[in-house]
Amino acid sequence: MTEATALYDLPGPRTRRRHALYGALSTVVILALLAWILYLLFDTGQFTSTKWMPFAYQGIQELLLRGLGNTLKAFAIAAVLSLALGGLLATGRLSDHRPVRWLATLVVEFFRAMPVLVMIFFIFVALRVQPLPALVAGLTLYNGSVLAEVFRSGVNAVERGQREAAFALGMRKTQVMAHVLVPQAVRAMLPAIISQLVVALKDTSLGFLITYEEFLHAGKLIASDLDYDLPFIPVVMVISPIYIGMCMLLSWFADWVSRRERRSPKTKGVAVATPGPGALLPGGVPPTAPRP
Amino acid sequence: MNVLTDNFSTYGAGFLGTLELTVYASLLALALGFLMASFRVAPVGSLRVFGTAWVTVLRNTPLTLLFFAVLLGLPRFGLVLPFQVFAVLALGCYTSAFVCEALRSGINTVPKGQGEAARSLGMSFGQTLSLVVLPQAFRSVIPPVGSTLIALAKNSAIAGAFSVTELLGTYKTLNELGYNIIWTFVWIAAGYLVITLAISALFHALERTWGVPR
Repeated sequence: MTEATALYDLPGPRTRRRHALYGALSTVVILALLAWILYLLFDTGQFTSTKWMPFAYQGIQELLLRGLGNTLKAFAIAAVLSLALGGLLATGRLSDHRPVRWLATLVVEFFRAMPVLVMIFFIFVALRVQPLPALVAGLTLYNGSVLAEVFRSGVNAVERGQREAAFALGMRKTQVMAHVLVPQAVRAMLPAIISQLVVALKDTSLGFLITYEEFLHAGKLIASDLDYDLPFIPVVMVISPIYIGMCMLLSWFADWVSRRERRSPKTKGVAVATPGPGALLPGGVPPTAPRP
Repeated sequence: MNVLTDNFSTYGAGFLGTLELTVYASLLALALGFLMASFRVAPVGSLRVFGTAWVTVLRNTPLTLLFFAVLLGLPRFGLVLPFQVFAVLALGCYTSAFVCEALRSGINTVPKGQGEAARSLGMSFGQTLSLVVLPQAFRSVIPPVGSTLIALAKNSAIAGAFSVTELLGTYKTLNELGYNIIWTFVWIAAGYLVITLAISALFHALERTWGVPR
C-alpha cells in the first residue's frame, strides 16, 4: 500500500498471494479492454494513411497551431483579467463599508451560481459581442468571482495574531492588508489560484461553441474534410493529448507549488490550500472556502 | 416579461431536459465515482493505476473536448445512440473523476485507528467497511459531493450546444420567434438557479441530518 488507510491491515503471506492473483486478473481485464479499443480503431480503419495524411501538410499544421495560439491567447487575457477582477471583488468583500460589501457579495454569488456557458452565450448573443471578447468576458466574470472567494478566504485564514500585531504597531488597514495579510495569503493560496487557472484554460474550449477559432475549431475543420475521408478520430487523437497535457502540466505545477509552500516557513501563519478535488471543477467550491 | 408565460411549454421542455440530464448523469457519476474510488484504495496495484489514470485524465480534460469526442466520435465506431444518452455518458464520466476524489479523500479522513479497532474486535473486511469506515466517510463527503453535483448541473448547459434538448438551448427557438433576448436569458438563468439551489438545499438537508457536527 502506498498510503495508510483505515481499510486494510498489513497483508500476510496468503493475502499477498491472493492480491497478486487479483492483480494478475485485473491486469488481464484492463489489457483486454485496451486491446479491444485498439481492435475497434483498426477495424473501423482509423489508421489508414488517407486519414493521417492531412497532418503532414504545412497548411494544416499551421491551422492547428493558429488554433492553439488562439486558445492560449484567450487563456492569457482571461487569466490576467480574472486575477484583476478577483482582487477587486475580494477588496470589495473585505471592505469596511457595508454597501460595498453587499454589492461585491451579490456579484460574486451571482456569477458563481451561473453556468459559464450561459454567461458567454448571453454576452455573445444578446449583447452581440465578437467571439473572443465574449469568451474572455464570460471566463473573467466566472473565474474572477471564484478567485475573489479564494483571495478572501486566504486573507481570513491568516492567523488572527498577525492582523492584531500589525494594527498594534499603528498600521492603517490598507498597510495591514498590503504588507502583512495579502503577502501571506497569496503565498498560501497560490496552489488554489493556479488550479483555478486550470479551470480557465479548460473552459477556453467553450469558445468552440460560439465559433471562436480556437484549437477545437481548427480540429473540427480538419475533421470535416471529405478529401481525407473525414479524419475525426485521428484529429481527436492529435488534439486531446495536447489539450489534456497542457492542463495536466498546469495542475502538476499547482501540486508542486503546494508541496513547496507547505514546507516553507513563510506560510506558517496560514494553512496552505491544496489543489484538491473540487478545485479543478468548473463551479466547484474553492478549496478553502468556508463550508456552506 | 411575457416571454415566460407565452412559451411555458418550450421552457418547460428545456427545464425538464436539464433536470433529466442532471439526474441521470449524477447517478452515473456517483456509481462510476464509487467504483473508481474503490479501485484507487484497492490493495491491487493494477486497479490503483487504472483508477489514478482515469481520474488524472478526466480531471484535466476540457468538458467541451469530451463532448466533442463522445457525441461525434462514438458514432464512428458504429455506436449510434440518442444524443441525450451520449451527453449523459460524457457528463457522468467527467464528473465521476471529481466524485471519486471526493470519496477517496473522505475515506482518508477516517483515522487508521478506527479500522484497526474494528479488526481487533474480530470484524471481517466487509464488516469493517460497511459498519465502521463507510458510515464515517459518508458524513464527511456530503459537502464536496454536493458541490460536484451542482457543478454537473451547470455543466449540462454544454449539452444544449450539441443539440440536446435542455434549458440553454431554448434561447435559439425563442430568438427565432423574435422574443426579447434579454428576458429570454433572464428566465434561462432563473431556471438554472432553481436547479442549483434545489441541489444545494438537498445537500444542506443531508448535511444537517448526517453531517459531521462542527
